[in-house]
Amino acid sequence: MERARCLEMIYSELTDTLVVTIMGASAQELYNLGHRENFFYLQHAMGLASSIGLGLAMHLPAERVVVLDGDGSVLMNLGTFATLARYRPRNLIHIVFDNGSLLSTGGFDSHTTSGITDLAAIARGAGIEHVAAVDTAVGFGEAFIAALERNDLSVIVAKVAAVGPERYGMDLQLPENAFRFRRWIQHRKRATEQTS
Amino acid sequence: MTVSYDNSKIIFDGIKAAGIKSVSALPETWLGLLLQRAESDPDVQLVQVAKEEEAVGVAAGAYFAGTPHALLMQNHGFLGAINGIVSLAQLYHVPLCMLIALRGHWGEPYPWHTRGGIVTEAVLRALGIPFEYAREPAQVAKQIREAWTFSQSSLSPVALLLTRDLMED
Ligand SMILES: Cc1ncc(C[n+]2csc(CCOP(=O)(O)OP(=O)(O)O)c2C)c(N)n1
Ligand SMILES: [Mg+2]
Repeated sequence: MERARCLEMIYSELTDTLVVTIMGASAQELYNLGHRENFFYLQHAMGLASSIGLGLAMHLPAERVVVLDGDGSVLMNLGTFATLARYRPRNLIHIVFDNGSLLSTGGFDSHTTSGITDLAAIARGAGIEHVAAVDTAVGFGEAFIAALERNDLSVIVAKVAAVGPERYGMDLQLPENAFRFRRWIQHRKRATEQTS
Repeated sequence: MTVSYDNSKIIFDGIKAAGIKSVSALPETWLGLLLQRAESDPDVQLVQVAKEEEAVGVAAGAYFAGTPHALLMQNHGFLGAINGIVSLAQLYHVPLCMLIALRGHWGEPYPWHTRGGIVTEAVLRALGIPFEYAREPAQVAKQIREAWTFSQSSLSPVALLLTRDLMED
């Protein structure tokens, strides 16, 4: 299964969902499907995508938040699973694309390559109730739909091939991404305040 | 040594008076009484993290959400959070209002705190993070408000260093 294919499958569900990605290949593959103002690409600071997701989800209970994480990135912040479990934001879906690789930095093996380290087991052990481990496109799609319908903190660990985009580059400066992402959220907040 | 009950209350009231509605924290002795107040106050949302660097992510999420947020940590937690501060907050111009317990400085009896205490100011300077020392209970509420204001106008991390004079009786 390829991550780009998984992203394609869920892209149409992400029109008004806050999405936070990790750096490199994940960010680029989502961007290549078509950038939206509700996408934030964390192009460095490995490990913190899910922490941003937690901050968003806890402070915006009316929004849905999807985090697109990676094995190498989440291994830098395993405590995040315990923090997520403790606060259990019901509007957060944390997807970890486990390609067993530090793909975006030259494709070195990660700790999950050999299969010894089980990120789904780590998430469960941290206290997250809804954790799915999938390795097929169908399984991924089903796990994502189940997470959408569940309305509870959900982690999906998706085993994917260690392949990425052919070219890198975005027509978007990093602070610009942050400014516009925030503006999109504030517009929506004002719009819902006016209608309610 | 005892942690100052009165000054912990003054700092917490200062956080609230600055309009801050949400706090991320990792507990430490000097922050204990403050965090107890945050925990039991329905007007403040407390997010306790497993490591201080996570709080940088949580703070960025709160900022995007439009919720006024402050980070509470000890200086060793700040030292452990530097990549997040540099590669998220500074890189993306996300403001951080950090209240940092300055352990390991003047009067410090515990050897394990001393290296962190000695290097904290130099590291803040190296990172270009504006900072002030909070020593006077009568001043600290204003200093918190000003730290908050400056973080928002500069879109930068700022640090208020909570000193022994303020935190201990
Ligand atoms: C603190 C830090 N160390 C090292 C790097 C170099 N680096 C860039 S991307 C990356 C690997 C990311 O791996 P993963 O999260 O699994 O995503 P993938 O690239 O496999 O999609 C590394 C180690 C970095 N960006 N930051
Ligand atoms: Mg990887």
